[in-house]
Amino acid sequence: MKRYFGRKILVYLLTFFLAVTIDWMIPRFMPGDPIRNMLTRVSVSSNPIAIQKMYDYYSHLFGLDLPLWQQYFNFWKSLFQGDLGISTYIFPTPVAKVLLRAIPYDGFLLVPSILLSWYAGNKFGAFAARSKWLDNTVSPLGYILTATPYMWLGILLAWFFGIVLGIFPIAGAYSYSMSPNLSWRFIGSVLHHWFLPFASLFLVGFGGWAIGMRNMIIYELEADYSHYLGALGAPKKLIRKYAFNNAVLPQITGLALQLGVIVAGALVTEVVFSYPGIGYLLLAAIQNQDYFLIQGCFLFIIIGVLLANFTIDIVYILVDPRTRRGMTGETA
Amino acid sequence: MKRLPIVLSILVAMSMLFAACAPAPTEAPAPVEPAPEQPTEVAEPTEAPAAEPVAEPVPTEYPRAETLYVSGAAWGPASTWNPFQPGSLANTTGTIGYVYEFLYAFDPQSGELTPWLAESGTWSDDTTFDITLRQGLTWSDGEPLTAEDVAFTFNLGQQYEALWFSPMWRYVESVTATGDNAVQFKLSAAPLYQEFSNNLYNVPIVPKHLWESKSEEDITVGANEKPVGSGAYMYLTNAEDRNVWVRNENWWGKEVFGTPAPKYIVDIRTSSNNVALGMVLKGELDLSNNFLPGVAELANKGYVKTYFAGPPYMLSANTAVLFLNTTKKPMDDAAFRRALAFAIDVPSIVNVAYAQLVKAASPTGLLPVLEKFDDQDVLASLGYSFDTEKAKQMLADAGYVDVDGDGFVEAPDGSAIELQVTCPNGWTDWMAAIDIIASSSQTAGINIQAAYPDYGAWNTELQGGTFDMTLNNWASMSNTPWTLYNLLFRHPIQEQMQSGNFGRYENQEMFDLVDALAQVPSTDVEGMQAACSDIQELMLTDMPMIPLWYNGMWAQWSDSTWTNWPDENAASPTLPTTWSGYWQLGGLQTLINLKPAGE
Repeated sequence: MKRYFGRKILVYLLTFFLAVTIDWMIPRFMPGDPIRNMLTRVSVSSNPIAIQKMYDYYSHLFGLDLPLWQQYFNFWKSLFQGDLGISTYIFPTPVAKVLLRAIPYDGFLLVPSILLSWYAGNKFGAFAARSKWLDNTVSPLGYILTATPYMWLGILLAWFFGIVLGIFPIAGAYSYSMSPNLSWRFIGSVLHHWFLPFASLFLVGFGGWAIGMRNMIIYELEADYSHYLGALGAPKKLIRKYAFNNAVLPQITGLALQLGVIVAGALVTEVVFSYPGIGYLLLAAIQNQDYFLIQGCFLFIIIGVLLANFTIDIVYILVDPRTRRGMTGETA
Repeated sequence: MKRLPIVLSILVAMSMLFAACAPAPTEAPAPVEPAPEQPTEVAEPTEAPAAEPVAEPVPTEYPRAETLYVSGAAWGPASTWNPFQPGSLANTTGTIGYVYEFLYAFDPQSGELTPWLAESGTWSDDTTFDITLRQGLTWSDGEPLTAEDVAFTFNLGQQYEALWFSPMWRYVESVTATGDNAVQFKLSAAPLYQEFSNNLYNVPIVPKHLWESKSEEDITVGANEKPVGSGAYMYLTNAEDRNVWVRNENWWGKEVFGTPAPKYIVDIRTSSNNVALGMVLKGELDLSNNFLPGVAELANKGYVKTYFAGPPYMLSANTAVLFLNTTKKPMDDAAFRRALAFAIDVPSIVNVAYAQLVKAASPTGLLPVLEKFDDQDVLASLGYSFDTEKAKQMLADAGYVDVDGDGFVEAPDGSAIELQVTCPNGWTDWMAAIDIIASSSQTAGINIQAAYPDYGAWNTELQGGTFDMTLNNWASMSNTPWTLYNLLFRHPIQEQMQSGNFGRYENQEMFDLVDALAQVPSTDVEGMQAACSDIQELMLTDMPMIPLWYNGMWAQWSDSTWTNWPDENAASPTLPTTWSGYWQLGGLQTLINLKPAGE
């Protein structure tokens, strides 16, 4: 057990280190200069001394006048102190503050949609595999849903439910006529605005999981052990239970693999619905070459994806007896 | 099957951990003070005594009938309320105009400076300008606004070079309070009158009693949260995607200008233009100042209102100019540049790329509101218009012929010409426009390809002068043609050109002409016209850059909650815009003129 986790944690730490290093490098390889972008349109250029002074001032402020290796070193140093730097695009707000404002919305959107679509998709896929009629109608729908780009589904939902039917808002995280407060009206408004972006993430995920589960169940029901159980006279319900337990394992692996895609999907969905998570921030940060905000956004994504993968590793131990035995050195 | 509930409960527990990294989602992202539970209906403003600002509870809900929803001004979350903040940062918040005010306003339709904080201003001689402030001016914290505040503000420019208006101190000798309401500007010989009058309506006046104790850093780059100004609105709250302003019920200007109709203004930052469009159609947004392609169609069907009922639908806000990098071949050749001006299919840009939402620009580049400074004789002899055949002829005359038979001309020295025209990626209207620039130039035999770097990369190329040709429109509507010509012929040429003359056109004669224009007193219209004629003649002969079309003052609105928007039929139309820098150009008057629907 200890060895297993020791190894896992080492791998995760190494991944984290590499991912964060790449995260630090990529914005700096982009062509352009964040300070120049920030100072764009300042009317002081008729005064060359003033403009150079301002440029130097800001370069120093952001530590961009140092050699690269030193910037990299300082980056890790301040990262361990919890300091993510100051955004150039929304100067002078600290990146940590910007992210803290935005991340709750991401969690609020991502966590329910990932878990619910996974759970409902698997349940439904297993269910659909039982009935020919359901299989014929639901499978094509699932294929369509899972192939839909998140953004496109989002636009369709916004157009139909937001504009044609007018029953859901199309933008914002809560009504533009409210300021946050603890009241049922406000909570209702939050849920009302949350529903469509959630639904577009949920539906795409749901289609994929349902299809996957349906195929896995059919495969497992055709496996030798199922036929053997059947020949022994076991009830159909029991056979399906075993089939489901086996079929769910690849789905868990699939979830780990899909996380990155889902997070990226959530980012574009947020742009479609003007939802104030990090989606729009990241887009704007990249366009404005805001090194620090880009780093911060990706750092959040890296930590999120790694944590979720780690969780899935633990889940694996719980659901797959083979992993557990292998770990404790038992032999099957 | 038995294990699944366990699995799920673990997943849920983990997800909670995941979510616990951050505060609960329903928590306020905005720094709202813990306000007592408010009834949904906000109580009518109790007349707070002017001297002591009572900490009014922050309302949790803004009644629809009292609230104006706008978008298109903010490009990011509000981060600073410092009116001196460089770049476009403070511009996104409405700080300047709502909260901080100016000595003067400028009415672009009549072309006149109109007094704002000032009551009157007189030139007692060529270098002395005396301003009398209005009586009873107050800051929103109740303190009186006096001549001391005005003098203090302008003197900050002398003290700190990092402030954008600091260069005016090259010719300003002193700004002093000569009485409670009197300010005197002493200028040196040969002042830049044009810049001076421009600054009169662009330098926001800040309260001395709050700013004099601030450090240099606080003044130049501080965020200035909870700003105290003298204007018609006050900061209420902000979040990732919105800024909320509340009317200053004690605004001194109520008696002078009138009361702005909306009690609350919610300035929404939409993440994409289709969101803004959807919100206007739903009546959730009263005024959108976003560029919405295809809005002409919606205006024709009556879904939205625009300034003009027909093309170009929008007022012209600024000139899209094609800057040519004159340090590169063959753009260093005036004959080539002039031929290019004839090769570009501006009618298609107007009709196809913009679907008639814009107007073709005058070859002088001046906006329609500055039309009186266009020299018609110069235009008649040196103006240009789309004419492929003529462009081909001009190229041939200048020695640009197709030697190798690939359909594109080569330079007179035989070298191949391969140029790029650029604009930032994602600026869809400009991307469509440079596609047309490239294709119509190719038809005339000039090999130009369109390219769309990211904004940051584009900006670096622009200022560093490594581009071939690119679009730019950074001279906004103004009281003087000098604003545009200062952008086009900014000098001296430096390694980095931050705000003008990106093509590094070096011609001392032109620089002298622009400097001469800058020194004409802004009351001397004939003198300005004469100076402009000289500039225009040289500009159209040498063609260092090519003005192509006027970008619109994008504005589409809905009448469902607020009416009496300015349009072409209004008696004295103001500007229907919330863009920064336009509040003092009549934007505020638009708010004052609004009427609740159904009245």
